[in-house]
Amino acid sequence: MYDYTDFDERFVRERVAQFSQQVERRLDGSLTEEEFRPLRLMNGLYLQLHAYMLRVAIPYGTLNAAKMRQLAMIGARWDKGYGHWTTRQNIQFNWPKLPDVPAILTALADVGMHAIQTSGNTVRNVTADHFAGAAADEIADPRAYAELLRQWSTDHPEFQFLPRKFKIAITGAVHDRAVIRAHDIGLQVVKNERGETGFRVLVGGGLGRTPLIGMVVRDFLPEADLLPYVEAVLSVYNVLGRRDNKYKARIKITLHETGKEEITRLIEERFEELRPLFGGADQALLEDIRDAFAPPAFRNAPVTAFDDFYKSDPVFRAWADTNLAAHKNDQYAIVTISVKEQGKTPGDMTSAQMELVADLAEKFGHDDIRISHEQNVILPHIHKGDLPALHAALVQGGIATANVGLISDIIACPGMDYCALATARSIPVAQEIAVRFKELDLEHEIGPLKIKISGCINACGHHHVGHIGILGLDRAGVENYQITLGGSGAEDAHIGDKTGPGFAYDQVVPAVERIVRAYLAERDGPGESFLDAFRRLGMEPFKAALYETGDAKDAA
Amino acid sequence: MSRRFTPKVVTANRLREGDVVYLTADDRWTLVHGEAELIEDEAHAQLRLLHANAQGRLIVGAYLADAKPGPNGPEPTHFREEFRTRGPSNYHHGKQADLDHV
Repeated sequence: MYDYTDFDERFVRERVAQFSQQVERRLDGSLTEEEFRPLRLMNGLYLQLHAYMLRVAIPYGTLNAAKMRQLAMIGARWDKGYGHWTTRQNIQFNWPKLPDVPAILTALADVGMHAIQTSGNTVRNVTADHFAGAAADEIADPRAYAELLRQWSTDHPEFQFLPRKFKIAITGAVHDRAVIRAHDIGLQVVKNERGETGFRVLVGGGLGRTPLIGMVVRDFLPEADLLPYVEAVLSVYNVLGRRDNKYKARIKITLHETGKEEITRLIEERFEELRPLFGGADQALLEDIRDAFAPPAFRNAPVTAFDDFYKSDPVFRAWADTNLAAHKNDQYAIVTISVKEQGKTPGDMTSAQMELVADLAEKFGHDDIRISHEQNVILPHIHKGDLPALHAALVQGGIATANVGLISDIIACPGMDYCALATARSIPVAQEIAVRFKELDLEHEIGPLKIKISGCINACGHHHVGHIGILGLDRAGVENYQITLGGSGAEDAHIGDKTGPGFAYDQVVPAVERIVRAYLAERDGPGESFLDAFRRLGMEPFKAALYETGDAKDAA
Repeated sequence: MSRRFTPKVVTANRLREGDVVYLTADDRWTLVHGEAELIEDEAHAQLRLLHANAQGRLIVGAYLADAKPGPNGPEPTHFREEFRTRGPSNYHHGKQADLDHV
């Protein structure tokens, strides 16, 4: 865990003091809302449908027990006893009151956290593979680079008023768990043929109104060139990016309007100017940062408890089968705690559950906790011998749902239950789908299937890259849901294809059920996943299942 | 030819708590949609919105929302405004909970 230096601490405290005064001046009428709005957004405070919402950054999704406990405390004291994990590794508090926000920000600063640059046209929270530093398939822990990028981008004077928001994601593995191809800049740590570490750099990915997969602009960027290169990308975008039209302002549009060749040339040109200016200070800093992400002292102990429980306890086995991932130390496992209990709100965790996770991270998990963009919580380093005890504690706390990667492990944005931008609800749709397939007792038979739901075209719920994507729209004053199939956010990233006309609110669950039943009927055995089956079969059988009524089938 | 004016209410969020509120005919801000002033005249609507916007120490983001008359006062016509009258659908939070105690 990276701990704030005196510099970080002073900066965050100064911002809290500044914002506290701004809130005071807003409340006493010295500031109008027009004056105050940009100031509150700079500090992550939105006004949503029913209340304010405070978005707090969790840099590269990494927390420790102390931070988690503080989030639990904030939820209990100033909110309604919970917090919401978002698809950008942030936490959102849905019910803070404006006069309380300075105290909340102070409490965050006490544990080295803040809400700076979680809004506005700036570089947002740098996200990373939630299995970073633990995954068996990883080349290098990407978080030291993510932290370097965080420090560089925080309050960067040149990049506080970009044409539009800017999102960077990084992974250290070939298997992309960080959706790097749908980010403004996606970075993948790679080794070249000489064994040197560097990055594959993608630019111009993004979802929203114009979903695009990022283009590779560098196959191998040497490690030492990371900051000058990223700064060159931002710098070129800052000049070329359109400020006249919000819908054309993201770098993905700049890239397409300018052309990959020309923009690459401009980036490289700027890079040559910038590179000498860094003078090695960034590399010295990176070396310091690296120590903060050193692997924990792994325990060498028997794993027989795991084997025994796995054989004898079916509940433990079901959970182990879905919620564990391979760790680079084969005595260890990566544990995903599902925040997707069927019928509950995806990504919502109570303060009591956060406390439990903090305790368990300390007791069993080398004080390391991650938040995934899939809105789950991860304990990345658990010795297999401790898994039965950990599982028992999770069962007690009501967070032992065994469904990671299955149909009920749904990403859903807050939608029109909270969000002022939403055009339809997404949470109840997710709840009902999850409950329906639990009732049918089909989810394990269906196997890996990612459903992602957004309540508006901005796509916070990543619907374009869902194996089944659902987009809620307002069609003539009625909620209507468009379905896409075959999307992927992984290394085989793909934007899903629309099935056809949308569905009314009460028709979405039956529609998803028809899609899934068509898959079960057509698949080449249980070994063929939904996504593989869709790629083999194409849209037709699913379209037929969705739109052909009984009569039409009889006629045909 | 101008389009016919559809009735409106003035709505906003409270500055301190963020709660959704509506402007009443006697210049109060109420949590209850049915207590709002139903405005049937476009010029009057603009005046009421101006009046609302002058109260920046109490409320934020005032706007005119479509409404229709009902047995218990004005009712929203769009689902977004209907959700705003009560709160989220996943928890009994927000106004639907607060109004239980009224």
